[in-house]
Amino acid sequence: MNHLTDQNWLLTAGIFTPLLGAVVMMFIPRAEEQLHKIVALAAALLTLVFGIVTMAKFKYDQADSLQFYVDKTWIPVIKSRYILGMDGLGLPLYVLSMAIVALVIIYSWNHIPAPGNPKAFLALMLLLEVGMNGTFVAQDLILFFVFFEIVLLPMYFMIGVWGGENRQYASLKFFLFTLFGSAFMLLGFLGLFFKTGATTFGIQELAGLVQSMGISKSTQTLIFAGMFLGFAIKVPMFPFHTWLPDAHTQAPTQGSVLLAAILLKLGTFGFIRIGIPILPLGAKAWAPVIAILAVIGIIYGALGCLAQTDMKRLIAFSSVAHMGFVMLGISTLTSFGLNAAMFGMVAHGLITGMLFFVAGSVKERYHTLEIKRLSGMLKQMPHLGWIMGFCAMASLGLPGLAGFWGEFPAILSSYNPAPGLSVTLFRTCMVIAAIGTVLAAGYLLWLYQRTAFGEPTAEFAGGGDDHGHGTDGHGAADDHASDIHDVNLTEWIAWAPLLAAIVVFGVYPQFMFKLFDPAVSFALKGVAAIGG
Amino acid sequence: MLFAAETTEAAAEALKSGWFLDHAWVIPVIPAVAFAIIILFGRRLGKPFAHGAYVGIASMASSFVLSLGAVVQWISRVNSAEGGAEGASALGRTIRAFGQGIIPHAEGGEAARAFVAPVVKTFTWWQSGGEIFKIGSHADGLSLMLIFVVTLISTLVQIYSLEYVRGDRRFTHFFGALTLFSAGMLAMVLAENTIQLLLGWEIMGLCSFMLIGHWWEERANSEAALKAFWTVRVGDVGLLVGITMLFFGSGSFSIEKINEWALTNQKSTQLLFWTCIALLCAVIGKSGQFPLHTWLPDAMAGPTPVSSLLHSSTMVVAGVFLVARLYPVFWVGFHIADGGINPLALIGGITILISGLLALVQVDIKKVLAYSTVGQLGYMIMGLGVGAWTPAVFHIFTHAFFKACLFLGAGSVSHSASHHSFDMKKDMGGLWKKMPITFATFGVSTLALMGVPFLSGFFSKDEIIDNAGHNGYVAFQVIGLIGAFLTTAYMSRTVYLTFFGQARGAAAGEHHDEHAAAHDPHDAHEVEAEPEGHDAHAGVGAHGHDAHAGPHESPWLITVPLAVLAIGAATAGYLNAAPFKIEKFTEWVEPSALGKSFPAVSHAAFEWVKALPSILIVASALVIGFGLSKLVYEKKKFYGLTGRNPIAGGIYAFLWNKYYLDALYGQIVRFVGHPLAKLAYWINQNILDGVINGAGKTSVATGRWVYRWIDQRGVDGIVNGSAATAKGAGGALRGTESGRIQQYASLLFGAAAVAAIALVLYVQAK
Repeated sequence: MNHLTDQNWLLTAGIFTPLLGAVVMMFIPRAEEQLHKIVALAAALLTLVFGIVTMAKFKYDQADSLQFYVDKTWIPVIKSRYILGMDGLGLPLYVLSMAIVALVIIYSWNHIPAPGNPKAFLALMLLLEVGMNGTFVAQDLILFFVFFEIVLLPMYFMIGVWGGENRQYASLKFFLFTLFGSAFMLLGFLGLFFKTGATTFGIQELAGLVQSMGISKSTQTLIFAGMFLGFAIKVPMFPFHTWLPDAHTQAPTQGSVLLAAILLKLGTFGFIRIGIPILPLGAKAWAPVIAILAVIGIIYGALGCLAQTDMKRLIAFSSVAHMGFVMLGISTLTSFGLNAAMFGMVAHGLITGMLFFVAGSVKERYHTLEIKRLSGMLKQMPHLGWIMGFCAMASLGLPGLAGFWGEFPAILSSYNPAPGLSVTLFRTCMVIAAIGTVLAAGYLLWLYQRTAFGEPTAEFAGGGDDHGHGTDGHGAADDHASDIHDVNLTEWIAWAPLLAAIVVFGVYPQFMFKLFDPAVSFALKGVAAIGG
Repeated sequence: MLFAAETTEAAAEALKSGWFLDHAWVIPVIPAVAFAIIILFGRRLGKPFAHGAYVGIASMASSFVLSLGAVVQWISRVNSAEGGAEGASALGRTIRAFGQGIIPHAEGGEAARAFVAPVVKTFTWWQSGGEIFKIGSHADGLSLMLIFVVTLISTLVQIYSLEYVRGDRRFTHFFGALTLFSAGMLAMVLAENTIQLLLGWEIMGLCSFMLIGHWWEERANSEAALKAFWTVRVGDVGLLVGITMLFFGSGSFSIEKINEWALTNQKSTQLLFWTCIALLCAVIGKSGQFPLHTWLPDAMAGPTPVSSLLHSSTMVVAGVFLVARLYPVFWVGFHIADGGINPLALIGGITILISGLLALVQVDIKKVLAYSTVGQLGYMIMGLGVGAWTPAVFHIFTHAFFKACLFLGAGSVSHSASHHSFDMKKDMGGLWKKMPITFATFGVSTLALMGVPFLSGFFSKDEIIDNAGHNGYVAFQVIGLIGAFLTTAYMSRTVYLTFFGQARGAAAGEHHDEHAAAHDPHDAHEVEAEPEGHDAHAGVGAHGHDAHAGPHESPWLITVPLAVLAIGAATAGYLNAAPFKIEKFTEWVEPSALGKSFPAVSHAAFEWVKALPSILIVASALVIGFGLSKLVYEKKKFYGLTGRNPIAGGIYAFLWNKYYLDALYGQIVRFVGHPLAKLAYWINQNILDGVINGAGKTSVATGRWVYRWIDQRGVDGIVNGSAATAKGAGGALRGTESGRIQQYASLLFGAAAVAAIALVLYVQAK
């Protein structure tokens, strides 16, 4: 596969350029805040350039094979190798991760959360990017695990230092909960390695060995259980989701955006990249469990949203429901389902990322996210109100916007799961999931009605455009209202690409599906081989 | 039969097409682009473009021209297939003659018509499972008829809105949303496949939400918007499920393929039945059928042009269109050919009756019209349910004209005569002299709606009623006649209250307090000066030009659209005037069964004897309705009867409260939805989290115990994993957060360690 190994330095560059940026920042004094921002942004943009080059050089007609393939000795003593490769599954998420980090750094230009210190904040963000980018291209289980775990630490500090009032509880809960799952995942990896007697931890080698050796269903089921815990907590699936609302609510805006847009995807991606191709029998045994938990998540997440009084926590709960759709797609073990799941991941990243951005900006202006205190945002900040409405519509799966292509195909696919799975069960799940879309419309519109429509509440009236003071809103003497202003320049720059992407992928989803479809069929080869 | 069908396919290739038909997909794209321009740059375009409004009008007008071109080309395509036109090849003629020779004539002695294949253009849209799915245009009689209607009425309504919402604070957004709506409707009507249909369907839902809630400062308006979107969304679950079932049944999203499959694959009628039930849910939601009709009257909270365009003539017929489009599915699934009763006819029939009764007790002119819309949609659904495809589709066509005209007429009254009030009893009466054009157009449309002979409604509605009996649905024929009586009765009451009798309230020249007007529940848009100072005379919180002028006729921007629509309401019926043996509409719109994608529907032959009962019913209802109105409202006979007579009062209360359905749905949300959400969240905080937090406590206790009794007594290194780590973490954070963090740490690490060891042992043992 010579032509697939050309320019294979690209992936390494894409992963470690942020690290370089972080190292440079170490040598710059803390007080040089502006310089830190410039360096961080430069590193993120350079990374994004590598990502775009990767996209340009990628051979789209071979989206099912690993390209830019690297296979180098890494830690021989534990037989782990440095294997990287890019296929149609990794590419969109890889580039999304780079883009989101760059946009979040732009947003941070004038939104560094208390207690400040952009040096540490941005350096951590770059470190986080190393882990995220690496996870999407790692082709060795140990390497995957390392990248998967790297993200924990920066996020722990981002929540724990820059978070809300209850930040320490939330950050530790996030850290330990995820680590707890990872321990099982690692055990699953080790069990697989020893059971197959493989010479490396390479994903493709292991997948081949499991199939040729005919590892029994019960063993596969058990190993899958370990991986399931690791991935399901990261997703997070019901009932492992309780870290998520706390982490999201307490995290600074940037942390929430990164969590929602990329970090949650590491779990679902793990199922598709590792769980299903290597352990088809195990995946099949677990599929009904995953499907049931997924639809519980859809309904439960939606009900949780309806009970919220805090806007950010509501958005956090909506993630549980959305990831339920993704997991439902995965559980069908069909190419329809996996395509839907992949699309759902990207779409959720864009849309929920945007919603957290909006929530962050609302918090910055009103100093509260309590739904009943907010009202008439559309009147005070027409642009922000419109953007929020747009994101709400995208989030509830309006056709023509990206969210639809993750949601509807997932529902569709569960009508006809892979052979051997219970049709009755999956069709029941389909109907329940379809009802979930109604609830999604319910909580999002309800949120929108209460916060954006109506007249501004008395405590905030007087800010914004209401009195005709223009968009800076510094005219009102009132304390509360003085921060209320419409979308500013850094926000526009950070948001416009996301908003455009939501429309573009919604109108012409083929951009994504043509990448996913061959790669997904490849990932399902093992499942297809075992038939009914 | 088979042979004939094959040869018609060959003939289809010889059919005429043309640029407009091939490029029908441009028609929805134009308003979609216009929407983007209006929203992004509309306000900046400034006065030369009327802040974006002209962009919208221009896009609608150009779409209208294109659709006119497509319609003309379609007609020549049909003619080329019929053989009479020059375009037909010799081969086509021979085949047609041959086909007519061997196909037995259908019932009623009509000749089997040649099949005119739709013009389909597609583009790659998405793929999955190695299959490529398309988006595109599917131009045939049905879609082109609707394209024509939608672009025409959209253009007129936008022109009308120039005057009606002049000076509104969200003037630009209003036109943006109207334009996007048209794009959605056109995309749906031209849909080549079910996903595209869903796309247009939901975009219209979105626009409906935006436009009903246009004046969202008022709580009632935003609630009506929410209710409309959400109620329709409830029905949409059925659409999602139905599309899925059709896809896996027929193996395709393509509407043509689905229709062919439904007709040929007779084995899976059970599956088709449930598919139809699922789709019917969506139809009920979107087309305001019983029991989900409750959102439509509330939707009148939106500006009147919106009611005219979305909530009467176009968007709400989407559900009807869905049935008409996938007719073979319903034909087979509901056994429509068998007669008797089926869910489609039943829903339509019930809706006709309940809406007619409700319309009788409304005091708000727009609500009367809303219930009337619900009822007319019921006629269409019932018509489709009883196998009267062409009359039902024809009714979409005629209804669009007279209902759009009626709403715009009501808007004209409120705009120029009743000071933004829609209350017939309080603020109207005696207006016929003051606004002759509005009165004339409203009158013509009312008569058309009633089904008075020789106006458009007569030709379409009577055909539905006639065919119901003809196809063995006698019960529904009776319902149709009762419905005609109710329609005539409530419309005569409405016309009487609005245009005749004594002028009352605003119509009599009384002025509401300027600010009180803003609290009127319906048309409460305070007119504020736009930042750009768009409207020179809209600066003092009132409509400058008419606030003190008393009732008068509306300006030409309003009356011209009214006149155009009234002409349509009077004459549209002559495309398919059965009494005069004109069947152009059938010829152009109804697909031939020879194409294998449409069932062989039969047509009742028109006879005056059969039409007589309905003419008499309409005539008597007209007399009774008008007479009673005069007695009750002018002579004050029976006035207050509902207060004196408990039975009359009970009936009135039952109707006034809309059969208590709204209350019921409200209670369901309040007493089931909210507690359920609260319960789920309680479980989340106290059980799921409680398990983790609670078990954490136990393990911290264990940790302490181990530390004290084992670790400290010198048995080092056995249990370092859990308790020590917890201690460490706890030490760092002590005092910040009760003790829960340590508990977490110790529990999680402890459990992980134990389970991990067990897992390794087990895997190794196997």
